[in-house]
Amino acid sequence: MRRGISWPALWLAIIGFGILYVPVVVMVVYSFNASRLVSVWAGFSTRWYGELMQNDQVLSALAKSLWVAVNAATLSTVFGVLIALAFVRYGNFRFRLLLSALASTPLVMPEVVTGLSLLLLFIAMEGFLGWPAGRGIDTIIIAHTTFGMCFAAVVVQSRLRDFDMSIEEAASDLGATQPYIFFSITLPIIAPAVVAAWLLAFTLSFDDLVIASFVSGPGSSTLPIVVFSKVRLGVTPEINALATIMIALVAASVIAASVIIYRNATGRAVAEEKGGQP
Amino acid sequence: MAAARQWIARHGRRLVVALPLLWLLVFFLLPLVEVAQTSFTVARRGIPPFAPLWGFGEDGFFTNFNLENYGLLLDYWQDYIGPAGNSLRLAFFSTLICLLFAYPMAWWIARSNPRRRAILLVLVMLPFWTSSLLRIYALIGLLNPNGFINSMLMFLGVIDTPIRMMQTDFSIYMGMLLTYLPLMILPLYAVMIRLEDDLLDAAADLGASRAGVFLTVVLPLTLPGIIAGSLLVFIPAVGEFVIPALLGGPEQIMVGKVLWTEFFRNRDWPVASAIAMLLLAILALPIIYARYQDGRETALDRVEGQANGPGNTS
Repeated sequence: MRRGISWPALWLAIIGFGILYVPVVVMVVYSFNASRLVSVWAGFSTRWYGELMQNDQVLSALAKSLWVAVNAATLSTVFGVLIALAFVRYGNFRFRLLLSALASTPLVMPEVVTGLSLLLLFIAMEGFLGWPAGRGIDTIIIAHTTFGMCFAAVVVQSRLRDFDMSIEEAASDLGATQPYIFFSITLPIIAPAVVAAWLLAFTLSFDDLVIASFVSGPGSSTLPIVVFSKVRLGVTPEINALATIMIALVAASVIAASVIIYRNATGRAVAEEKGGQP
Repeated sequence: MAAARQWIARHGRRLVVALPLLWLLVFFLLPLVEVAQTSFTVARRGIPPFAPLWGFGEDGFFTNFNLENYGLLLDYWQDYIGPAGNSLRLAFFSTLICLLFAYPMAWWIARSNPRRRAILLVLVMLPFWTSSLLRIYALIGLLNPNGFINSMLMFLGVIDTPIRMMQTDFSIYMGMLLTYLPLMILPLYAVMIRLEDDLLDAAADLGASRAGVFLTVVLPLTLPGIIAGSLLVFIPAVGEFVIPALLGGPEQIMVGKVLWTEFFRNRDWPVASAIAMLLLAILALPIIYARYQDGRETALDRVEGQANGPGNTS
């Protein structure tokens, strides 16, 4: 029997969950409001969802955001795995301290500073090298990869630490080459962490407003940039509908992932209790 | 092809380190050098809208080095240093308020049975994975003068005129809670789940009151989580842009918003760079402290891992 929680603490906890959820729930409800006025409930309607589907600006921004996020997440994951491998496997290699400082500072760097500094770099590079010519989708992908890889590295590292090295050693003793060992043994075992890292990098990229605003060029507005410019003008039912769709998609995937993980974990616990192999 | 494969086999280890290292040197460290340089130069019309800090012209080496931008920050301190003060104040109290709610939330999750714990954890992770811009937008719909709360209260006859909630410290704190609560809860939960019941029972058996158990056992043992969570909230909160831009008024201008305005509205990139340097100077200490804490924690984890034997930690 685990010790419980006192009543005042429980109330604080419930209010805390309320703060996280009440605004979103109210917004979801009002996205089905027939009236354009936020304060008046005029009956149920899916009218705003229909209008959203006609909105070319939003749809093209959505396509750009998805493209940026898929690319940035993939690059981030590749680099993140490399960083994690270096830290967990290579012991005290040269530049370890430098790499560890460079790979952890972006995690806490204010977004406005990251955005401004990258823009200044891109402009300087354009002056010296002629690349990147102007700013657009590519520069956003580079910017998102730079901070995404640091988050990906953290996720993969924690999994790699729990790794049973003896399997790799056995393979190595049997004459397998390092790349072969990595792709046929290490990668499949750390796959869940790699997927989690990719999803995290994807979400960070897909949601980023500040950094993208600095390094995007004309005509390369991502979805958060478009949403932000609309939100500044006030609350509208179309954005309620858009936000509802996006939050529903994220919620569905998070809940699905959690159920799978929970089932696996309890399944494993039951197996262990029965004395079987996990 | 075979030669390439051989080359990778021989230099694989070096590539693993070199690729991310080079990327981060070029796209993280070098940009910071660029900001530092730009903060010492002057704005001018043209593309880019600032003079180069140094270069070689017809008369040989030249430089535009000056401290004007920093002088400007000092001369108009109400417009620049003031918002930095606002940032520190709002971030500090936001961290405290997050802790006030996150601590019982994490405790509740850690003390629940596995089934309810899983559900509550999902409820914490969900906001973490959804866009904070959209959640802040949802909050505006709640707090606006014609928003949900005011409409409800007026409909119920509690108030006659709308309460002003937007563009106040209150709206900033609500936005910070909405954005950063999960970041405070997760490290707290991580230390609380390791807290054994036996320990609490032992303290109670030895005659400690509820408050005594909390102050002498629970609080010291959860302190690492409190520190980690507070840093995770405080550091990004100081540099926050979206929250003061969408929820704050003239009294809640924060340094991130000033940087944004200088850059996008005034197009004064050197001054924006000087503000970035100011922001970095403010955050240098907390960032270094966070890295030190983090390093200590991984070192501890490694020692514990070795004590448990390799590959036996899960």
